Amino acid sequence: MIKRTEYLSKNYGKPEGWSLATYEAGGGYKSAKKALGMSREAVVEEMKKAHIRGRGGAGFDAGTKWSFMPKESKKPHYLVVNADEGEPGTFKDRTIMEQNPHALVEGCVIGCRGIGANAAYIFVRDELHLAKARLWGAIEEARAKGYLGARPFGVDYPVEVYVHTGAGAYICGEETALLNSLEGRRGEPRLKPPFPAQVGAFGCPTTVNNVETIAIAPTVFELGGDAFSQLSELHPLNDGGVRLFGVSGHVERPGIYECAVGLTLRELIYELGGGILGGRELLAVIPGGSSCPVHRADEIVSLPKDDRFAPWQGKSLLDLPLGVDTFRSAGSMLGTCCAIVLSDAVDPVLATHNLIKFYKHESCGQCTPCREGCGWIERILDKVVHGTATLDELDQITEIASNITGNTICAFGDGAAQPMLSFVSKFRPAFEDYVRTGGKSQTRTLEA
Amino acid sequence: MPFALSDELERELERIRARYPNAMAACIPTLHLCQDANHGWVSDEVIQFVATRLGLSPAHVKGVVTFYSLFNEERPGKHQVWVCRTLSCALRGSGSLLEHCEKKLGIRSGETTKDGKITLRTAECLASCGSGPVMQVDKTYHEGLTPARVDEILDRLLAD
Ligand SMILES: Cc1cc2nc3c(=O)[nH]c(=O)nc-3n(C[C@H](O)[C@H](O)[C@H](O)COP(=O)(O)O)c2cc1C
Ligand code: SF4
Ligand code: FES
Repeated sequence: MIKRTEYLSKNYGKPEGWSLATYEAGGGYKSAKKALGMSREAVVEEMKKAHIRGRGGAGFDAGTKWSFMPKESKKPHYLVVNADEGEPGTFKDRTIMEQNPHALVEGCVIGCRGIGANAAYIFVRDELHLAKARLWGAIEEARAKGYLGARPFGVDYPVEVYVHTGAGAYICGEETALLNSLEGRRGEPRLKPPFPAQVGAFGCPTTVNNVETIAIAPTVFELGGDAFSQLSELHPLNDGGVRLFGVSGHVERPGIYECAVGLTLRELIYELGGGILGGRELLAVIPGGSSCPVHRADEIVSLPKDDRFAPWQGKSLLDLPLGVDTFRSAGSMLGTCCAIVLSDAVDPVLATHNLIKFYKHESCGQCTPCREGCGWIERILDKVVHGTATLDELDQITEIASNITGNTICAFGDGAAQPMLSFVSKFRPAFEDYVRTGGKSQTRTLEA
Repeated sequence: MPFALSDELERELERIRARYPNAMAACIPTLHLCQDANHGWVSDEVIQFVATRLGLSPAHVKGVVTFYSLFNEERPGKHQVWVCRTLSCALRGSGSLLEHCEKKLGIRSGETTKDGKITLRTAECLASCGSGPVMQVDKTYHEGLTPARVDEILDRLLAD
């Protein structure tokens, strides 16, 4: 169901919408003040009630993650905000940082209180120069007003917020790679355990959260955790509140739309997105960033026999509410909730070829299955599009991708394998056609 | 000639260092600062400078530089242009856009024009997927591009 909301996006597109004056006119910074007056435990409890499933892609419950931080420790704690936003198709966090930076800064104050930290680092990918400038601007405005620093709002709980910059590497979005990068090292993922809550930034307990997860925290403390969660149609599945939905590719109105959780792909594509570009038909959709499996327009969902899922049993996948558990149970992945839409003008083989180039380029190279596997698949797909591959080699794509899955240090490997496995199995005839006709029968392209 | 920062940038370096509990964490922001001050690239002298200033081994700094795609190990053109090639932009025509740039500039992606004005490269997803095709020029994004708009932008850079 479409339920548009404006908690994060109210001032998007307004002149000076990112300034402190605008933010405070809308009630800004009251939540941070409130949270600083609460005990750490109470802050975490409120966050748990909100049932915010991490907005960075893995969908882990935010309040629960905060509760993993040690109750007592001699070392400092850190909040690290993941603003690396590099997942293909994902462009939501950038809108927050550029157009509502104070929500993120205020969220950092609340997050620091919740996890017992006195400092937050916002790790922004280097390319987002405007986002970094707006964040620094917001931090300075907030500090000048006494909302940050040694005694924010006069409370004896120091909070500092810093912007840190990356240097071009998708893998730094993976939380442990991000920590290495923050520490001034190569951005290679770390083996887990230890988890960041034990040994994170600078060897200290650390929580890594996505930009949107933190930026929505002020809304939670404004409405109350339970009321926030209930905004969602999937509140009964502990998937609460509102979030930013994105849609790109072949729709008439690509963009970011804030809605209550419970929106469907059909609504995102056809209503918010204005339908398929040029009045064409939908070929396929990748629900939440390129590392999710692709889905054909005609897929029907089969969910676990569980009353909670009964309403959607046997329906089109396009009518399944976009939720962490709904999509996971349907054999998909919600990811970042930013869908990539492919019209029937698209050649799915070329789309697969485009994606493997991304993964080959971005693999950090630590694990053999990921480093070599992405390279092997790329070489096979090069042959496929040049019309020199064999049917055996198509099967090899599936075999190689299956061998990456589950055999690597970080989830990048799975993220690279998912699109390969799903594209090749769901569009097998198109791949075979390339093999049979040497690619000559293809009239479709990537561009529509 | 050894690399050095102006007094103003030295103060900026101090501000960067003060943000972190140790000097190594300042490595990447410091490299950006120095790269910007060194015509857009990280020379051996810059590596030596950063290593000395932050008390790191040059090998560590070199390892960092080679890992990240935005540190240049060779001097780029006066302006750097990146065309996003990833899926959402490709669906919106970034392939043709890149070809258009290559033809107009007479170079292939990865190369620099003879007059040293423009280095053309592809980028992976720039977090602007809803407004593709997208191109980053130095520190600015240009979104929803058409060939005419690209010509305008490139002409301005070539004339600079
Ligand atoms: C390869 C890879 C890239 C990732 N990129 C991002 C990213 O750009 N932004 C992000 O918030 N999370 C990203 N993640 C997920 C993070 O590892 C982590 O789960 C997330 O930041 C946690 O925040 P959340 O719990 O608030 O969602 C990535 C994960 C992987 C494996
Ligand atoms: S799975 Fe790939 S990206 Fe992740 S650590 Fe291994 S090689 Fe690096
Ligand atoms: S695909 Fe080009 S900005 Fe994301």
